[in-house]
Amino acid sequence: MMKSVRQMSLRRMGAALFGLAVAGVALAAAVAPQTARAEVKIDITRGKVEPMPVAIPDFAGPGEAGRFGGDVASVITADLERSGLFAPINKAAFIQDLPSLDTQPRFADWRTINAQLLVQGVVEPQPDGRLRLAFRLWDIYGGEQMKGQAYVTQPENWRRVSHIIADEIYKRVTGEDGYFDTRVVYVAESGPATKRVKRLAIMDQDGANHHYLSDGSNMVLTPRFSPTAQEITYMSYYNGMPRVYLLNIDTGRQELLGDFPGMTFAPRFSPDGNKVVMSMAKDGNSELYDMDLRTRRTSRLTNHPAIDTSPSYSPDGQQIVFNSDRGGAQQLYVMDAQGNNVRRISFGDGRYATPVWSPRGDLIAFTKMKGGEFYIGVMRPDGTGERMLSNGFLMEGPTWAPNGRVLMYYRQEANGAAPQLFSIDLTGFNERRLVTPQGSSDPAWSPLLP
Amino acid sequence: MKFRLLPVVAAAALLAACSTASEDAGSKTATGNTAPTTAGKAGPVAGSVEEFKVVVGDRVLFGFDQYNLSAEGQAVLKNQAAWLNKYTKYSVVVEGHADERGTREYNLALGERRANSVKAFLAAQGVKADRLKVVSYGKERPECGDSTEACWAKNRRGVSVLQ
Repeated sequence: MMKSVRQMSLRRMGAALFGLAVAGVALAAAVAPQTARAEVKIDITRGKVEPMPVAIPDFAGPGEAGRFGGDVASVITADLERSGLFAPINKAAFIQDLPSLDTQPRFADWRTINAQLLVQGVVEPQPDGRLRLAFRLWDIYGGEQMKGQAYVTQPENWRRVSHIIADEIYKRVTGEDGYFDTRVVYVAESGPATKRVKRLAIMDQDGANHHYLSDGSNMVLTPRFSPTAQEITYMSYYNGMPRVYLLNIDTGRQELLGDFPGMTFAPRFSPDGNKVVMSMAKDGNSELYDMDLRTRRTSRLTNHPAIDTSPSYSPDGQQIVFNSDRGGAQQLYVMDAQGNNVRRISFGDGRYATPVWSPRGDLIAFTKMKGGEFYIGVMRPDGTGERMLSNGFLMEGPTWAPNGRVLMYYRQEANGAAPQLFSIDLTGFNERRLVTPQGSSDPAWSPLLP
Repeated sequence: MKFRLLPVVAAAALLAACSTASEDAGSKTATGNTAPTTAGKAGPVAGSVEEFKVVVGDRVLFGFDQYNLSAEGQAVLKNQAAWLNKYTKYSVVVEGHADERGTREYNLALGERRANSVKAFLAAQGVKADRLKVVSYGKERPECGDSTEACWAKNRRGVSVLQ
């Protein structure tokens, strides 16, 4: 079950990775800049942006290796397209063939089809059986190489390298880190609403490499990644006792977290991975606890008869945002990580829930319930700047892409329909469904993979 | 099987009136504390799980985002406690449930509150605490899958499950 994950050891930097810097520079220098020009850049902080036309021909390659070329281009194309920031051009329109990385693009040909960016790539077999994937990103109007990089890896890693290339392109053009070389763990749901089976499932952020991590014999909820993406903390009803567990994805080993006298739920890792913060409910009262994963010591962070749940650390680990009804209805509160200085941050109409701190630290995403509808929104950590991104009959559980620019959550229509995962840009545009084999809820987005 | 769909508070009154199920089983007018009568020929065996479910009533309902017990709910729990004090071989797992109009984690906490309201009431009625356990299912185990007020009301429940 975990084996395919194990194989993903990809040497990303270091000896196995040959940068194209030298060749790239030499090549770029050989092309005289044609005109003074503005830098090709997408400003992703604006609202709706016009997607930038990009041409991504199949990566060229000889024989056996070449069969990966089309697949690599397809993965990069899908990643960039789904971001909403790029508009891949139909391959049928391409005029020039690019059989090698040294083939000079005829920029006029690419301008003819309105491409602003060109991704030129190759897949080459190595004597040791590995693959070398290399690409150049071209600014068509400037006639310049914007980026060039090569990767050597085991053939089975071709898909991951494709995501890494898409991340490089995204970063070069937007100035922000990408989020394509990531995974999503979630709860797969099947069966009718009254007898729903809930299993842990994991997949790449584009839905590929999907597999189940649990067999459905115990209900599981709210999985969340560790900062290394190697572990997941989640809640399981194993033995009829709802408790928080830790699962190592590589080894498949799982363990109960803590020895609590009541239900534990709503777990989340601290940003350094050393702690898990969670709720523990007993005698009708739920409080927040943290647990040091090395010493196994637990400490109580809240002390209030109200419901205290859904804790989430700030990226510096110094603060925790959480959900409490201590003011009479569900609202969002922030406290320092030791549980002091509790202050309410949500003051709008309606009930607020599931706060999640952005990895950038600048925003908190949440679920809001108001007037019979559910919303996904964001606000600053001081509660100002509240903004709704999407709404519907039922939607909840936002999770951030590691670059803090995209959110994923789940939506459910009325009358027991199976929930589905969706993502949306922080601007509130580009809402997309992420297709899963069954119903899907409680997504958690991994960090960029190590 | 048919009986399981009846509102709990109606069950005792219904049985007092008639020993077989009838179409007006959904009536909400029960007072909840009708004097028990000997079950008719078709009735469940005294002291059986079936009797607890059908005659006594195994559940109480809650208002939206509430966990306090209504007068009707308290009447059901008094009957539960009397029955449990009579048939001491059973222990009880009280399940707390919520409707779908809340978020998952909060509803787990809310279900735990509801289950504990039931547990505390039963304990106050003399059911020994070591016979009472609670488990919250939040909104994960609805009894009714439609998105209607009627369904949500049925799903906001505390159910005493005999062990």
